[in-house]
Amino acid sequence: MTQTNIDTSLFAKLDEYIDGLHSKQGALIPVLHEAQRIFEFLPIEVQNYIAQKLDIPASKIYGVVTFYSFFTMTKKGKYKVSVCMGTPCFVRGADKVLAKFEKDLGVKAGTTSEDGMYSVDALRCVGACGLAPVVIVNGKVYGRIETDKDVEGVISDFTAGEGAST
Amino acid sequence: MRIESPKDLAALREKYRGDVIMRLVSDDFETRTEIKVALGDCGLKAGAREILKILFDEVNAARLENVSVIGVDCLGDCGDEPRVQVVEPGKAPVDFKKVDSTMAKDIVAKHISSRKPLDKAKDMNPTRLQLLICGGTGCISSGCLDVETALEESLKKHGIREEATILKVGCFGFCEQGPIVKVYPDNTFYVRVEGKDMDEIVESHLLKGKPVERFLFKDPETAERYTAHRDMPFYESQVRVALMHCGVVDPERIEDYFGVDGYKSLAVALTEQKPIEVIDIIKDSGLRGRGGAGFPTGVKWEAAYNVKSDKKYVVCNADEGDPGAFMDRSILEGDPHAVIEAMAVCAYAIGADEGIVYVRAEYPLAVNRFRIACEQARQYGLLGKNIFGTGFNFEITIDLGAGAFVCGEETALLNSVEGKRGEPRVKPPFPAAVGLWGKPTIINNVETLVNIPQILQKGAAWFKTYGTEGNSGTKVFALAGKINNVGLVEVPMGITLRDVVYKIGGGIREGRKFKAVQTGGPSGGCMFEKNLDAQVTFENLQKAGSMMGSGGMIVMDETDCMVDIAKFYMDFTVEESCGKCTPCRIGNTRLYEILERITKGLGKESDLDELKNLGETIKTTSLCGLGSTAPNPVLSTLEHFFHEYEAHVRDRKCPAGKCKDLVEYIILPEKCIGCGLCAKVCPVNCIHATGETLKTGKKIHVIDQNECVKCGACLPKCPPKISAIITE
Repeated sequence: MTQTNIDTSLFAKLDEYIDGLHSKQGALIPVLHEAQRIFEFLPIEVQNYIAQKLDIPASKIYGVVTFYSFFTMTKKGKYKVSVCMGTPCFVRGADKVLAKFEKDLGVKAGTTSEDGMYSVDALRCVGACGLAPVVIVNGKVYGRIETDKDVEGVISDFTAGEGAST
Repeated sequence: MRIESPKDLAALREKYRGDVIMRLVSDDFETRTEIKVALGDCGLKAGAREILKILFDEVNAARLENVSVIGVDCLGDCGDEPRVQVVEPGKAPVDFKKVDSTMAKDIVAKHISSRKPLDKAKDMNPTRLQLLICGGTGCISSGCLDVETALEESLKKHGIREEATILKVGCFGFCEQGPIVKVYPDNTFYVRVEGKDMDEIVESHLLKGKPVERFLFKDPETAERYTAHRDMPFYESQVRVALMHCGVVDPERIEDYFGVDGYKSLAVALTEQKPIEVIDIIKDSGLRGRGGAGFPTGVKWEAAYNVKSDKKYVVCNADEGDPGAFMDRSILEGDPHAVIEAMAVCAYAIGADEGIVYVRAEYPLAVNRFRIACEQARQYGLLGKNIFGTGFNFEITIDLGAGAFVCGEETALLNSVEGKRGEPRVKPPFPAAVGLWGKPTIINNVETLVNIPQILQKGAAWFKTYGTEGNSGTKVFALAGKINNVGLVEVPMGITLRDVVYKIGGGIREGRKFKAVQTGGPSGGCMFEKNLDAQVTFENLQKAGSMMGSGGMIVMDETDCMVDIAKFYMDFTVEESCGKCTPCRIGNTRLYEILERITKGLGKESDLDELKNLGETIKTTSLCGLGSTAPNPVLSTLEHFFHEYEAHVRDRKCPAGKCKDLVEYIILPEKCIGCGLCAKVCPVNCIHATGETLKTGKKIHVIDQNECVKCGACLPKCPPKISAIITE
């Protein structure tokens, strides 16, 4: 199953959030949002913990986690590369941009590199269609990324702080 | 301060109207009077800046709402500085020379005949200049926050910080051209500016009255430059109802919203109208749901009104999942109070006391601005208990979506709010009778809601002056794809697609040929050349095999392969299908597999029939809107671009040159000049010189098809005059 090494001290933070809720009715999705904010991902351990706290079957929680694309059961990389694959970006060549990132970083879309440095994801529309194709790395938006050179520019931009590691 | 009555609200409106009036009046050339002060070099030396200030103070003191004081470039005739010119609508300009402070006061007091004083306003335009920066997600992505900081610093550096207010407002709509800065009262629209450009704008425009031409919008077709946004073809045919306040009010200041008659409709509804009267007005207006299906909003409300229940809910659907559609986000970011007001009106009309906004987690800015707006509304007592002292209670909570396209479907959304997997429910019962937690619930989309305060204020008849019979009002579209002017546009219903694509959209990028416009998102279909003159209405789009959807319009050109596009959409639906119904879960996957096969050159003749049969079966047998519309992109392209599918299957060719496996890059020997530029960029070194030598001594090149990886790198390298490389 999922390989996890989670910081158990973080459970206290989650407790604080859950205990502060006015009502537990319909609270599962907000709790999962909060848990993912705290742990960065939602491994089985965290899901089981929430199941106990909210008194909801763990299977149901697993069903919800896997249903929504926002929730992830794998830890993302230090650099989270998201390539927008909304239609406007697609018709302006986002598929090629995604392939170039996969090739240069050695990571398939939806996965994280073994050293935990990079993860690459295809993202649904972010609504910055005027800048298509759009790439987001750790929240920073890069617009009009069209050529291989543009992709290389983005990679060297966010790895600039890593010294000689690339 | 808590608002206890409509009278309190009216007082606030008077107080804050002055803040926004400049932004409203500056757009209205027909009625506004301009007092121009020449800021050329001699003018400045003669003290024109002082005169400018005096004139502004005088106008302010007289509370003239339709008079703008503008600094302009030299008016000619040096020697008589400072010079002032008064331009009144429909009259010849009047010049004043050697203006001193007494004369300046006189000009305002005696020479402005079209004076229209603002009643009782306490704060008139606080500064002479208002600088608006578009602060929507699109512009933030293109760096508007740097622009804001740089502008602030530049104003300070040049000593005119106190002359200007900087406002970060909602989306102007012209996202392609961001970041955008608007200068009021001059009404100058600067596009694609960066932080480093601010000094130039401040020095040239704000200090000397000379707008910086190179930052004005340049029409890609005619190369003409435009100063004011309303003259631009992009804005000319637009009518703003839903987006009326976007780009006008500061979304983080409820006071701005008061200034534009905000919360007035709610006040009137609560104190003067019965719930059923409100519903009747909405019904009469003919407003239909803007989220996709176009169900009459008033009828929906009436259904919930008629159900007796101890508890009812109002849900705002802001789970805008269509890729390429961002109007709901822009409204939440630019005019959040209108959404709150509309939800409260709806709650009053149907008898609810709780509202929920279900918004995508991918829209952090919208969530944050909406949160701020709710907090401000609470402080003024516009949310909470005993609103306007009428005993009406209403509270709003925000629920974040978690990335599931199907949750845009109203019953799936309700399941998601209840903390379940977002699977659709069987209808009937409709949510208006059995909705959230089994209680009557109205679910309206963001764009639908913001029309409501406008309709109540101006009347159903006014609303019906826009649009066509049965399709009243306006619709917001997000124009994107291969079009010159990408952005958010609002047009009257019934406009032709041609006007949207060519007049507003400015035509196809790089002068290419129009091929199709995809409407309605992944569950919509394509409209083609022959549909361009059709009026955009719910019915017409449906008749053509597409749908209105939430209003995404993605334009495609001749280089887009329709089979590839259909495959792209099926990939989306396959991933987003919730898995509840077999036709959608398995059928759409099969459709995708067939398309995959065809684009790889492995398609069979029978595949074309199979696509059609399967597609139609899925449409008729799926439960919810997602499944029953998912095959639309395939069916509509299949019908209109059958020859393209045929080319893939029979000739193993992709006419658009998009499907890699079907494309061959070929160098035409009769055109090749042997420069070898293509060979240099080939990553797999499969371009070789042949034995054939040209007169120049250079050798004709050829591509080894067995080695070619079809990356296309060689194509742009061949000099355009030669164009020896082609795709086949």
